Amino acid sequence: MSPVPIGVVRFPGTNCDQDVFDAVAATAGAQPVWLWHKETGLRGVRGIVLAGGFSYGDYLRAGAIARFSPIMERVIAFAKSGGPVLGICNGFQILAEAGLLPGALMRNDRLTFVCRDQPLRVDSVRSPFTASFRPGEIVRFPIAHGEGNYVADDETLDRLETAGRVVFRYVDEDGRVTAAANPNGSARSIAGIASENGMVLGLMPHPDRAMSLLVGSEDGRGVFRGLMEAAA
Amino acid sequence: MTVAMRDTPVTPDVVAAHGLRPDEYDRIVELLGREPNFTELGVFSLMWSEHCGYKYSRAWLSELPSRGPQVVQGPGENAGAVDVGDGLAVVFKMESHNHPSAVEPYQGAATGVGGILRDVFTMGARPIAMLDSLRFGNLDDPHVRYLFRHVVRGVGDYGNCVGVPTVGGEVVFDDSYAGNPLVNAMCVGLLRHEDLMRATAAGPGNPVYVLGASTGRDGIHGASKLASTELSEDSAESRPTVQIGDPFTEKLLLEATLELIASGAAVGVQDMGAAGLTSSSSEMAARGRTGIEIDVARVPRREPGMTPYEVLLSESQERMLVVARPDQETALMAIAEKWDLPCTRVGVVTPDQEWRILEDGDEVCRIPVAALVDEVPRYAREVDAPQYLAEVHARMPGPAAVAAIDPLAAIETLLSAPTIACKRWVWEQYDHTVQTHTMLGPGRADAALLLLPGTRSAIALATDGNGRYTYCDPRRGGALAVVEAARNVSCVGARPLAVTDCLNFGNPEKDAVYFQFVEAVRGIAEACRALDAPVVSGNVSFYNESPAGAIHPTPTIGMVGLLEDRDERPRGEAAGGDAVVLVGANGSHLGAGCLLSEVLGLVAGRAPDVDLEAERRHAEIVRSLIREGLASVAHDIGDGGLAVAAAEVCFGLPSGLGIALDLPAGDDSPHGALFGEDGARYLLVVPAVSLVEVRERLAATGAPWRQAGRVTDDGRIGFGAVGSRERNELQRLWEEAIETRMENLEDQR
Amino acid sequence: MTSRVEVFVQLKEGMLDPQGKTLEHALESLGYAGVDGVRVGKWITFEVQGEGREAIERQVDEMCGRLLANTVIERYTFTMREAGA
Repeated sequence: MSPVPIGVVRFPGTNCDQDVFDAVAATAGAQPVWLWHKETGLRGVRGIVLAGGFSYGDYLRAGAIARFSPIMERVIAFAKSGGPVLGICNGFQILAEAGLLPGALMRNDRLTFVCRDQPLRVDSVRSPFTASFRPGEIVRFPIAHGEGNYVADDETLDRLETAGRVVFRYVDEDGRVTAAANPNGSARSIAGIASENGMVLGLMPHPDRAMSLLVGSEDGRGVFRGLMEAAA
Repeated sequence: MTVAMRDTPVTPDVVAAHGLRPDEYDRIVELLGREPNFTELGVFSLMWSEHCGYKYSRAWLSELPSRGPQVVQGPGENAGAVDVGDGLAVVFKMESHNHPSAVEPYQGAATGVGGILRDVFTMGARPIAMLDSLRFGNLDDPHVRYLFRHVVRGVGDYGNCVGVPTVGGEVVFDDSYAGNPLVNAMCVGLLRHEDLMRATAAGPGNPVYVLGASTGRDGIHGASKLASTELSEDSAESRPTVQIGDPFTEKLLLEATLELIASGAAVGVQDMGAAGLTSSSSEMAARGRTGIEIDVARVPRREPGMTPYEVLLSESQERMLVVARPDQETALMAIAEKWDLPCTRVGVVTPDQEWRILEDGDEVCRIPVAALVDEVPRYAREVDAPQYLAEVHARMPGPAAVAAIDPLAAIETLLSAPTIACKRWVWEQYDHTVQTHTMLGPGRADAALLLLPGTRSAIALATDGNGRYTYCDPRRGGALAVVEAARNVSCVGARPLAVTDCLNFGNPEKDAVYFQFVEAVRGIAEACRALDAPVVSGNVSFYNESPAGAIHPTPTIGMVGLLEDRDERPRGEAAGGDAVVLVGANGSHLGAGCLLSEVLGLVAGRAPDVDLEAERRHAEIVRSLIREGLASVAHDIGDGGLAVAAAEVCFGLPSGLGIALDLPAGDDSPHGALFGEDGARYLLVVPAVSLVEVRERLAATGAPWRQAGRVTDDGRIGFGAVGSRERNELQRLWEEAIETRMENLEDQR
Repeated sequence: MTSRVEVFVQLKEGMLDPQGKTLEHALESLGYAGVDGVRVGKWITFEVQGEGREAIERQVDEMCGRLLANTVIERYTFTMREAGA
């Protein structure tokens, strides 16, 4: 079986593009393909990753400008037709700005950038991205962001909870949701959410930086395996 | 000099306002064979400033060793480079941005990071790591907290946006830096040997381009005025000369430059940061033994009405000067367009070794390249040891005064001193995991450890420098900066390869400062020779003085080490019953150390003696024990001595574990053993099962060593007969010292 | 006709504004009593060419809704006047 082509989108200012490219390449059965922001086609990819970074310098608001680039029109159409799309960090911010995921990402409540090794709880395995995890499993992905404070109105949050669309939550070492373990002030400690059909996942933590024990964690592999399987 | 008119007459006052001495002016007239015009005068003042021309330091810098089989590129280029095997080379340099950061801490620090990144990627290397060595005054002073907060944010925002992990560095707080903080940024890049690009204007007839941001009036005379004079009360008024950074454009420039170099379309590339178009174009011509002709009217500007003087001296950021192959213009333009960067042809390489500036075709400057670059005056003088040294040495308190210090209280004071305390507040604001090669990031070990992709090897990175030592003993201080970096690199199992130095001193026209500088350079040279770690790049920052006086002389060393097999690193695992082993002699030296400075508020005594042979031998012993899996943790003994080292080792162990130290028998006062900062010493955790083997190994080396304690299960840190404390209690003091101070609400500016 | 536009973007009422809250604390601790409701926003200015005030207003409103503000969390207002007037 030929490998599944997975697109990695590069905007000006994207800086985790190579990390994501390597993560896809390290996923058995997947083949990374670069997608340039000025492109108007998808090169036949079957899944798409929006990588982290500072697209357009994050000027105005994180993700606000990237959302209008030519490639995003195609990404939006691809997602709406049911294709799997993973947005990591700045990618999550772009997905929210584009309206593919509800809510918005504001400046961290402590007002400073935060980079640390973060325990997360997998709160839903409904999405194909988390199909290989156990419900309630604790995983570790690094976080590194200044605008990761997830907000949405209560009605939206309730809807996300009941539909099993809250996929990852920030927790402490023992898997508990606490204010101290919430690195950015996100509503209900939400670290990642999925679309209604589960095929679009946005999260602030970096599974792409958790692909090898040499750098501290390989828990991110499951997310990329999920992407590959959803795309196959 | 708000308006720089081209026809301003060159009077002695104007010459003096440009920071040029009368005899220097006479030399300029001699070199030109005529009087310079106003624009030419500005150009000379820039190129002959300490910042660009190194006129006070160059004579001594040549004493630093810069050769070795590992050296791919020594000093004289944008950055140095060393071989790390597998066809790869590591390119690195450290640079200061002290005065801009004192005046406007956020932008000053940010543009410091931007400048050093460009120095590395103009060589064709992709930046893979940043380290930042920072010095501030007392953290209880609100203005110091303001500087600290904004410098850290500036460093973080710039590096985070460009996507280069900040993996290490140091932060030291001392009153001497109150009015003049130090911001030294080190960038490390990686390339294949064949991709190394040099900043040369070769090939007469080749076109010259400006790539990147447009040119504004920012930073005019930043290098010559801000970096080459003392800070005064008026420096706050210098804000217009501080540049504004745009990390987004930098990221585009980085990608475009690397793509350009890989395409073969460029002959030479140089950053136009400090000293702008003038220094980049003249230095490229000097290296190529060519001339260069540039029409300033073609340089894209951000503001109307700029004079040639302003265009030439602007320090606008995120710009590159590119010498291209004549038939490659289309390729160059396509790359610029891909990354949405302006790229404009501004001139041509000429065969005549003249630096010629036109404005719309009319000549405004014509200066021999050599006059700007090679004829910079050099000042070297022999000066006597300044009076203050004897006074400082004599101030050393006697044994009775030391014995009166309560050791347990001193341990708490030291652990909560911001210089020693945990720097998490700083490094959590830096992205240290992007690029996914950080094996050991900040706070994890004495040095950062980075995977080299596609190989089995890893590189270790550390920065070190001790201003107090150098103030008390300039020569030892220079050497100690080098050996401390070497110890840190050795503690992750790596062998020192080479260093970059960033030499921060006061006004070199003062004899005391000049003595400190000359002696510190000699100390660095001796240590680098002994450790086989040549200096491949560096930077000198003079005039670090405020109305309160000069800073402590602070030579900062950035070291790169190589670990050939990444699996031969300390594993960090430990269990109750493991041994704590001291490699090196028992401590005794308290002079110039942290016990005096943090507990008694004294800068007194001599710095620790430097035994380079012991440094070399003990580092080798530690590396071999790590390599063979016989030491699971290694930490060098430095600030605060054995007591602080043991506590810091303990804080890195799994929760619940403690350490019980044994102090040497027959010592009446435990202070020397606990707090002595004698050199060539390490604290290791040795697995219980390996202890017998380690004893045999160490006995065979002939080096001094002893079992200094053991890992315990009781969660306490014991200091022999002196007493013990709960580990968690001490750890909280250490972890929260900086955070608590920075949560001061009055500060939010 | 060239119009000079000033757009103000702020977090919606009721949205937590950590930056505003921090400033409020800071002002308080500097001794300014009675300060309340500090909010931090953005002020964006530009010039736009076009004919017909209403048409331009519609266009600016669209710019705000699509790009300049994120209406999930922010609200905006703008003013317009003829440039040079």
